[in-house]
Amino acid sequence: MSETKKFLFVNRKAPYGTIYAWESLEVVLISAAFEQDVSLAFLDDGVFQLVKGQDTSGIGMKNFSPTYAALGDYEITKIYVEKESLEERGLTLDDLQHLVWEDEDEDYAEKDSIRLVSRAELGDVMAGQDVLFNF
Amino acid sequence: MSILHLVNKSPYENSNLDTASSIMKSDDMLLLIEDGVYGAVKSGKASAMLAGRKVTALGPDLAARGISVDKLADDIEVIDYAGFVDLVETNDKVQSWL
Amino acid sequence: MKLTIQVNEGPYQHQSADSAYHFAKAALEKGHEIFRIFFYHDGVNNGTRLTTPPQDDRNIVARWTELAQAHDIDMVLCVAAAQRRGLVDDGEAERNGKDATNIAPGFRISGLGQLVEGGIQSDRLVVFGD
Repeated sequence: MSETKKFLFVNRKAPYGTIYAWESLEVVLISAAFEQDVSLAFLDDGVFQLVKGQDTSGIGMKNFSPTYAALGDYEITKIYVEKESLEERGLTLDDLQHLVWEDEDEDYAEKDSIRLVSRAELGDVMAGQDVLFNF
Repeated sequence: MSILHLVNKSPYENSNLDTASSIMKSDDMLLLIEDGVYGAVKSGKASAMLAGRKVTALGPDLAARGISVDKLADDIEVIDYAGFVDLVETNDKVQSWL
Repeated sequence: MKLTIQVNEGPYQHQSADSAYHFAKAALEKGHEIFRIFFYHDGVNNGTRLTTPPQDDRNIVARWTELAQAHDIDMVLCVAAAQRRGLVDDGEAERNGKDATNIAPGFRISGLGQLVEGGIQSDRLVVFGD
């Protein structure tokens, strides 16, 4: 039987201009079936992926942003967002989707999935992982 | 538990080298490959970013771009693909800054 | 060391496919094992049988086929990425009603789970991309 590894999916690119954001999410969803310890990191332009209110009707592309809200159902509860990247881009947590997960150990209490971290703290998170995925 | 950071773009093209060099820990190693080797040039934009860090550059990529070893910033080690493989082995995991 | 290599970009457009190849070759020469080479995003284009590169330059697809066959390496094109970009093997042609296949020898089309499994089973994952 395989061991459980800590997987970190690193997201640094904005959505829609390229396919990386979406195709990275597809790997995240599949990884849930493998029962590993999965976390996501959003930094640099990756933070734009989480911005709420995306309307893609004018560009004729599928709006995949609702998928982030579903991550909690896939037991992905650790979504690290880098503070410096938000600040550089004039964003606050309020601009992002409110992502939550339900803790079945606490009567399905709703908890925040997004953890705001500094660049240095994100470095610590990375150091503690086993496998780093980049797209 | 050190990370091998790979940067493959020039520091003039995007901020990958900036992010990588600012997030890496003192035990980590930075390997410049492909267009990332432009960051290895002495007194370029990247010198301040790289100061005090463990930095290597892929020789074949330097040669392809006409960057001779004397043009490199101090303390940058030049390695080949075999050396690249060794770095992957001796570091715990690889972070490709794409 | 057991390695999984991920290639995110197509042949020629980016240097990724070249860097991944030279890295893979060096790893094999040092006696390491390549668990899988997984092609994602435009990387699936490394698996087309139909390229005719100029004679005086490297043949990226043929090079992959040679490496895979010489060392029995599992080279996987992600099915979702392949479907989007038109890389088709017999199974996919039948399933999706395509009138042709274009996959090069040595490659197979399979799911994203293969990449995840690579991450689990290997000692190192090395990603080459843009």
